[in-house]
Amino acid sequence: MNLHFDVEGGEFISAGVASSKVKKVLKQLAIQPEIIRKISVAMYEAEINMVIHAHGGVIDAEIMPDYVHVILKDEGPGIENIELAMKAGYSTASRLAREMGFGAGMGLANMKRYADILQIESEPGKGTTVEITVKLYPEQS
Amino acid sequence: MTINDVQEILNATVVTQTPYENNEVLSGFVGDLLSVVMGKAKEQCAWITIQGHINIIAVGTLINVGCIIVTESFKVDDDAVKKANEEDIVIMTTQFSSYEVAALLSKSGLE
Repeated sequence: MNLHFDVEGGEFISAGVASSKVKKVLKQLAIQPEIIRKISVAMYEAEINMVIHAHGGVIDAEIMPDYVHVILKDEGPGIENIELAMKAGYSTASRLAREMGFGAGMGLANMKRYADILQIESEPGKGTTVEITVKLYPEQS
Repeated sequence: MTINDVQEILNATVVTQTPYENNEVLSGFVGDLLSVVMGKAKEQCAWITIQGHINIIAVGTLINVGCIIVTESFKVDDDAVKKANEEDIVIMTTQFSSYEVAALLSKSGLE
């Protein structure tokens, strides 16, 4: 099953629509709650990043029999130093985002923690593509 | 501990219409940074926070929160209440601080 979402930038209010939709579909498929949480938290973090940093973007989620693969693509400012950005606590979020409880510098750390495979490609000035893969039945592989 | 117990212990105001009476909370978590909450809070916890905007519903849904307790009399935004009702999330508000809420719930036996 493929799901496509357009995410608007700066719209804190609608952020989370894509991840909660994916969550609902996985729930209907009776996937284990811990696995659903892994996917939805990793995806929500990436979705929020698109809103905070990149004026939105597009998300394609592919739900396969044994894994979920999510591609989040934006044409935002890109990440200058991915290694630094991955560091827990490092943040470049705006004051507004921080006041709302975002920008703790934990987004990429959470993605790394919950994704089975996390790939980030970014070019400053061009944009960022984040790919998250989570296995639905990890004990079998 | 049921959500009803939580409400009574805190004398809190439930601002959502989501039914909750005998729904249980299994633990407590204090946090205002959403990523920390998403990373660490357990399922069916009572999440204690000062954030009252709509994104707490997304976070609450993702972690299968038991209920959200907004402290220090911070206002819960109308769109957050509306979204909480749609997503079956319970939100209550209290004048107590997050520390006081945690202490009161802990004293009453919540882990």
